Amino acid sequence: MVCGVEFWVAEEVGSEPEVKKEPEKSPEEQEAEQQTNPSESAPNGDAEPQPAPDNAENAEAEPAPSDPLSTPSPDGQKKEKGISRFLPPWLKRQKSNSQAEPRDGHAPTDTPTQPPTQEELEDGQEEEGPKGEGTAVQPTGGAQEVQSGEEESPVANAETQPVKQKEGEEWAPESGVPSALKLGKKMKITVCHVTLLDGTQFPCEVEKRAKGQYLFSKVCEHLNLLEKDYFGLSFKDNTDQRCWLDPTKEIKHQIHNSQWQFAFSVKFYPPDPSQLTEDITRYLLCLQLRQDISLGRLPCSFVTHALLGSYTLQAELGDYDPDQHRSDYIAQFHFAPTQTKELEVKLAELHKSHKGMTPAQADIQFLENAKKLSMYGVDLHHAKDSEGVDIMLGVCANGLLIYKDRLRINRFAWPKILKISYKRCNFYIKIRPGETEQFESTVGFKLPNHRAAKRIWKVCVEHHTFFRLTSPEQPVKSKFLTLGSRFRYSGRTQAQTRQASALIHRSPPDFQRTSSKRSARSLDGAPVVSVSDHTHPLVSTHAAGPGENGRDSALELYSDSKSPQVEEGAEPGKGAATAVPAEPASETWKAADDSSELKSLEEELTSLFLSKACFSGLMDPCSTSVAPPESTLAAVSEKSPTRLESALSDSRDISKSTEDDQSSGLNGQPEVIEVVEETVVIEEVVRVARPQSSAPETAATEPALEGKDEGSASSDSESEEEAEYHPQLSGSAHLIREDPEEEEQEVGLNQEAPPAALKPCIIREDVTDEAAATAANMAEPADAQQQEGEVLVIPEKAPNGHTHDSEAPPTLFDEEEEPSFVNGDVSHVEGEHAPQVICCSEPPVVKTEMVTISDTFSAQKAEITTKEVPIVHTETKTITYEAAQLDGSGDVEPGVLMTAHTITSESLCTTTTTHITKTLKGGLSETRIEKRIVITGDSDIDHDQALAQAIKEAKEQHPDMSVTRVVVHKETDLAEEDE
Amino acid sequence: MAGFGNFTHAIVRAIPGSFATGALRTENLEEVDPNRALREKKAYVAVLRELGLEVLELPADESMPDCVFVEDCAVVCGDTALLTRPGAPSRRGEVEEMKTALTNLSLNVVEMTDETATLDGGDVLFTGAEFFVGLSKRTNQRGAEILADTFKDYAVSTVPVSHGLHLKSFCSMAGPGLIAIGSSQTAQRALKTMQQLSDHKYDKLTVPDDAAANCVYINMPGKGHILLHVTPEQFPESAKVFEKLKDYTLIPVSNLENVKVDGALSCCLVLANKLARV
Repeated sequence: MVCGVEFWVAEEVGSEPEVKKEPEKSPEEQEAEQQTNPSESAPNGDAEPQPAPDNAENAEAEPAPSDPLSTPSPDGQKKEKGISRFLPPWLKRQKSNSQAEPRDGHAPTDTPTQPPTQEELEDGQEEEGPKGEGTAVQPTGGAQEVQSGEEESPVANAETQPVKQKEGEEWAPESGVPSALKLGKKMKITVCHVTLLDGTQFPCEVEKRAKGQYLFSKVCEHLNLLEKDYFGLSFKDNTDQRCWLDPTKEIKHQIHNSQWQFAFSVKFYPPDPSQLTEDITRYLLCLQLRQDISLGRLPCSFVTHALLGSYTLQAELGDYDPDQHRSDYIAQFHFAPTQTKELEVKLAELHKSHKGMTPAQADIQFLENAKKLSMYGVDLHHAKDSEGVDIMLGVCANGLLIYKDRLRINRFAWPKILKISYKRCNFYIKIRPGETEQFESTVGFKLPNHRAAKRIWKVCVEHHTFFRLTSPEQPVKSKFLTLGSRFRYSGRTQAQTRQASALIHRSPPDFQRTSSKRSARSLDGAPVVSVSDHTHPLVSTHAAGPGENGRDSALELYSDSKSPQVEEGAEPGKGAATAVPAEPASETWKAADDSSELKSLEEELTSLFLSKACFSGLMDPCSTSVAPPESTLAAVSEKSPTRLESALSDSRDISKSTEDDQSSGLNGQPEVIEVVEETVVIEEVVRVARPQSSAPETAATEPALEGKDEGSASSDSESEEEAEYHPQLSGSAHLIREDPEEEEQEVGLNQEAPPAALKPCIIREDVTDEAAATAANMAEPADAQQQEGEVLVIPEKAPNGHTHDSEAPPTLFDEEEEPSFVNGDVSHVEGEHAPQVICCSEPPVVKTEMVTISDTFSAQKAEITTKEVPIVHTETKTITYEAAQLDGSGDVEPGVLMTAHTITSESLCTTTTTHITKTLKGGLSETRIEKRIVITGDSDIDHDQALAQAIKEAKEQHPDMSVTRVVVHKETDLAEEDE
Repeated sequence: MAGFGNFTHAIVRAIPGSFATGALRTENLEEVDPNRALREKKAYVAVLRELGLEVLELPADESMPDCVFVEDCAVVCGDTALLTRPGAPSRRGEVEEMKTALTNLSLNVVEMTDETATLDGGDVLFTGAEFFVGLSKRTNQRGAEILADTFKDYAVSTVPVSHGLHLKSFCSMAGPGLIAIGSSQTAQRALKTMQQLSDHKYDKLTVPDDAAANCVYINMPGKGHILLHVTPEQFPESAKVFEKLKDYTLIPVSNLENVKVDGALSCCLVLANKLARV
């Protein structure tokens, strides 16, 4: 989840009303909670055994959080208060609602309900768990019962809970104590319901903190499946989108509000199923394909429907038997989306011709025909091209396919792709220049929302790794901060799984083929698979020694989850705190050298006519010209081991880039999974004369390319996550090589994840004098290294007489101030970036950004079209509070930008970016401080608290200034995180 | 791509008297010699029969000067035939006769009823593994979509054809996985596009003349690879390229007259395999 809170601190006044309101709301919230709770509570019976220990633990735990983090604990309370005070009612409500929702969702699934739910909410903080247990005991308010237990704190609002959670999370890592406590404590068990490919349900009890891997292993064990790397577990998020369960992360973190309901399915469709070692693997693949076909996901012609169906009949029914197989025997099966009588006749006819074929042979024939289908193994995603035309992006073993109305209009094979990234709802691929081209081009696509963009990015990362590399990238430990998702595929690659499966020596397991008709009809049907359910035994074991699965996972998760988050979120400041290695990809397998198979891919294909979008990109000042900068950078840096790609603008980026660079240098391939989940942006604007004045938007069009990116990311405070993935890592041996070149270029993985910037008030303007300063702004976040010098500037700025907080990032712990680089420095890219970059986003909460997207269909169009696509954060909730006073300021008047400074500080979970701009308008100087606080982390983090604290601190720091506006931008990236 | 080029039937159509003067043309070349056109046609059909194909010759229709170019009227793949909606309005009527013929072959005939769609068979290149559809003056996106809907098993990729009449005006399949391609910039660009769009690898046979890149590949049981290609008299340099093919039965076919009205070797027939039914 990304929560972005943007604050313009104008006055406190605004906040007060909020406070008042809160109490009112709180009851509502509580009620809501209560309602949800009962359901949860009812099931609790299971959980009860645990509670006792938990309680004891809880007691400990409770103090623990506060104690270890002496500061935090108080803060937490304060925060709560502060939050309540400061936050507009809406904010509160939303939060509360969100919390409530998750509970609801969980409740049904989780038997042990409350504890689990709470835990879930809390994101695996053990503390919470204990609390939850305790909760029942301490019902502060009637409504609060459940929650109260968790929260313990009298306040016991939904808000409070989050706060605690956040605290726990945030602080916990630092203290380390909490984690220890956590470890010991609970093992809560919940039941996962896994829908198998034959339609049956497999209930599996898991410890609540269990990672995805555990559940997946249990399912594979149940199925007696060894070649499991082609498969995965998926679930539907709260938007009903199917997401893959990340084996390296805790389940509950991933499913968030969703139920513990999963589907076992094929994740990587083997291009040549005949190379699978075991029949059971092929059988499962057949089941998946039958499902794909009958649901229309895998289109095929009448003849193919008939042929594939006939093999299905042969496999499931055996030889055609006139006595047994009456005329309508086929009607009971469901083969095609629309099954005609004609088809059934044809099926029967073909079925007869397969006489003597064994089920395994029939499966093989089925697969041999199915694999030829053009959409076999293509994972489709809805998107729009740069012109807003609806298209489909298909991720497959060989690369990325672009479809428009069933027509393939472009294709990017993995060897052609230098980098895969996403930013907000945009998904980008950087294309290797063609024979006749000098520059790389970047093609951008617009996904329906941020999550969708992240989803396809992940799918691409995974497919690339699985099919094109011989071994997964090594996780890189994040040195500092990392922006964006560090997600990497950590499982075995196809090459590795083939090697492993070659070593399988067991007598073929017996398995029973389920009738398609049966499965289709009854979900409740007895599990087809002969293997007995281990669930119960397992469960018991879990309970006893959850430590293995759940525990360990929990522990690890802790570090992992948090750290990754931190890293991601940490954009700027995290460095310090974060240190935690984000290397989620724990599992590293032996690198296989098989280069053979994959090689054949189309290296040859010369680049098409992709024009370089880069140049065009310059056009839009505000737009993030992702492509151009990157390309340029890439071009420059490619061979240089270290690249700071996008980093310039965002401190985060920088940090990342630096990390990346380092990492790349070390490993070359970071596998880290990062999740930037929540971003809270708090912007404070202090305006003396005319508040608004600060940013004249316009200006820096061209120069700002990088700046834009950066700026937008960092300064803009867009909470969104960005991530990059460079398919080709330098020097990585792993790559199944097709092109030698690729490897070289691959070198740097940069992740630019400028998650933070939310929209509103970013100020980018060109200041003539202060180009440097501006540059700083842009760069600010980026260079963690250089940081400090600049930060301070801020306070000084207030020429107007207003003092600015030097430390804008009030909330956060460590503040690192980074001097911004001059854009030029960072980006080697055409140095043009004049410092001038300025995006001014004014007060309006929704900021639109211009993104330059090069045309998708470059192949067909000789020219690449660059367009500016206004991006509106639709997926996010944005709440804006503006002080009435400020309203007038809304006008943006072009002023002269005197100075602009950006300071970024980071704490574990929070990154604060402060932009101080001084603008001279009509003789009045206006100082505006924008603070963006990006809270990154699992859902656990209490945004409210962080927000409250941020506001509070802002006020304290700048007594003479008023809070003009508070914008809370909450992005739900949940799926992404864990996914 | 097993079975690529296996055909049992060839559908051709007689040359109407209006052909010489009425056929559409993109370039105003020399006048068509009706008599030589008839002779060439006769020889062409004779070759097809010689190969063992069952040749169905549809009667000419004087109101349709271009009716001899039957390729544009239908796309046959496997057991399915898609009747097109030719891009030239004057040619839409040609489809009727083709429909009858294909129906008689027991093929699954699909008609293109969408009024906004246009598709000329000359823009459709089937490689055995996938379709490429040229987006040309005669074929539009909608037409390509319908083709994709008709042949769901295969990937259908679109290729812009900026110059020339059809996609197959400068390319064709000269064998399984072998694309004959002209040397013009247009042809080479199209080839690159096709390579980029394809998951499959193709060999290419580059000939100096675009028009020579249109040939007819047939794989007859017992006779192996058969290729009808341009004559040395017409395209000396290109013919040399074909002559280097090994293990092929090479049959130069004169096409001096049709070429004047943009007619290539493949334009005059529709090949089908009645045994293709599963």
